[in-house]
Amino acid sequence: MSKLIYTTTLPGNGHWSLELRRGSLMTITDIEGGANVGMLFYNPRNLLERYNAPDTLKCQHTFKLERGNCLYSDMGRIFASIVEDHSANGAGNWHDTVCGTSNARSVALRWGQRDYQTDRNQWLQNGYDAFLVELAKYGLSRADMASNINWFSKVVADDAGNIHLDTGNACAGNSVSLRFEMDTLVVLHTCPHPLNNAENYPFKPVQIELGEADPVTADDYCKNFRPENQRGFQNNELYYLAAKN
Amino acid sequence: MTLKESTRNPEQAIARHQVKAGDYFLGEIKQGQTFRLVDLEGNQAADVLFYNAKDPSERYSAMDTIRHQGNLYLGAGTTLISNANNELLDIVADTCGRHDTLGGACATESNTVRYSLEKRCMHACRDSWMLAIAEHPEFGIHKRDITHNINFFMNVPVTAQGGLTFADGISAPGKYVELTAKMDIVMLISNCPQLNNPCNGYNPTPIDVIVWN
Repeated sequence: MSKLIYTTTLPGNGHWSLELRRGSLMTITDIEGGANVGMLFYNPRNLLERYNAPDTLKCQHTFKLERGNCLYSDMGRIFASIVEDHSANGAGNWHDTVCGTSNARSVALRWGQRDYQTDRNQWLQNGYDAFLVELAKYGLSRADMASNINWFSKVVADDAGNIHLDTGNACAGNSVSLRFEMDTLVVLHTCPHPLNNAENYPFKPVQIELGEADPVTADDYCKNFRPENQRGFQNNELYYLAAKN
Repeated sequence: MTLKESTRNPEQAIARHQVKAGDYFLGEIKQGQTFRLVDLEGNQAADVLFYNAKDPSERYSAMDTIRHQGNLYLGAGTTLISNANNELLDIVADTCGRHDTLGGACATESNTVRYSLEKRCMHACRDSWMLAIAEHPEFGIHKRDITHNINFFMNVPVTAQGGLTFADGISAPGKYVELTAKMDIVMLISNCPQLNNPCNGYNPTPIDVIVWN
């Protein structure tokens, strides 16, 4: 990160949103291990343009997200690139974008009812409600909720397609850095992954650092990760050529 | 993969529609009705969205369905789940064996990324959906409601290393899938016009929609 501007810590079960400019860098760090960050992206200029998980996966022939992957909108453009992706045990990170987010029913079944009156800030917030709260601030509703990313959550599938959450490398100190290639509304929460089967609701804090990214160079790792990404970057250039203001 | 044949007789159906390659189908299926999608010539992909007929902001959710069944692939026995955690439809018969819900639909915009910038003007599923909702405002479906769909007859296996492959080749002429609606639903089909990948054998062909009470 060429210039660090702001650092904050979000507790587990929190939610937040902010609009990031093109060229921003966001680094998320799993402070204690076992964190999950649910995230959605929108184009603030046209909120109908949003993160599209199937396009992201099939454009890059992948089921998981890792360093080098670009995060695509439904308009063939790139919201952000995964420029750094560190795992404390060196095994590499693996991020999920297929399993969606927890909801009031799934959290209640596993850990009990949400009750702010009793529990105050230890209430059992769920990902779906957390997203709804943030989305409503921009005039968005459940109709606008697309599939989200679950940072730090590794979901693997066997040959028959059966899935499970592998918590083996969810270590303290894992981090991921996103370089924003478009102006992007980022909506996020720190609620547990929907497949988390921990005995107790996992309150897992994350650190978020915001700064300015180094400029994209011709030999950029993400841009050259796949030929598809080179074309995605060209679509972004066209967008800013046509809509410069 | 579980194959399950149907005992329903097309002669007793109440409606039959043929959807040509590159066309859309938009219509209501009532609670309790069953419909069959037939891959008439084989290796066709039918890109389908389902909505609660009373409220299109409730619709098929690939992610909730995957999580609910703990499995990535759809087939006989799968219940399709909405984004409000309600049961929309059951897959009651299937002679294909596996259907994809990870790959999404082709779009002119994603075609530029996947194939080449010059492919922008090739017809794509999301354009068929856009035309459908523009021509039929009475359904109350807007672009924000166009999300992640099912690709019937398409096979997109995931590897243990986290790769995504477009294998296909499991459908054949006459293979079908049957679903029973558990609430009044609206079904929006784009019969895929994709010419650039094996999802329809590089040769888009028609499908049939057959409906029984």
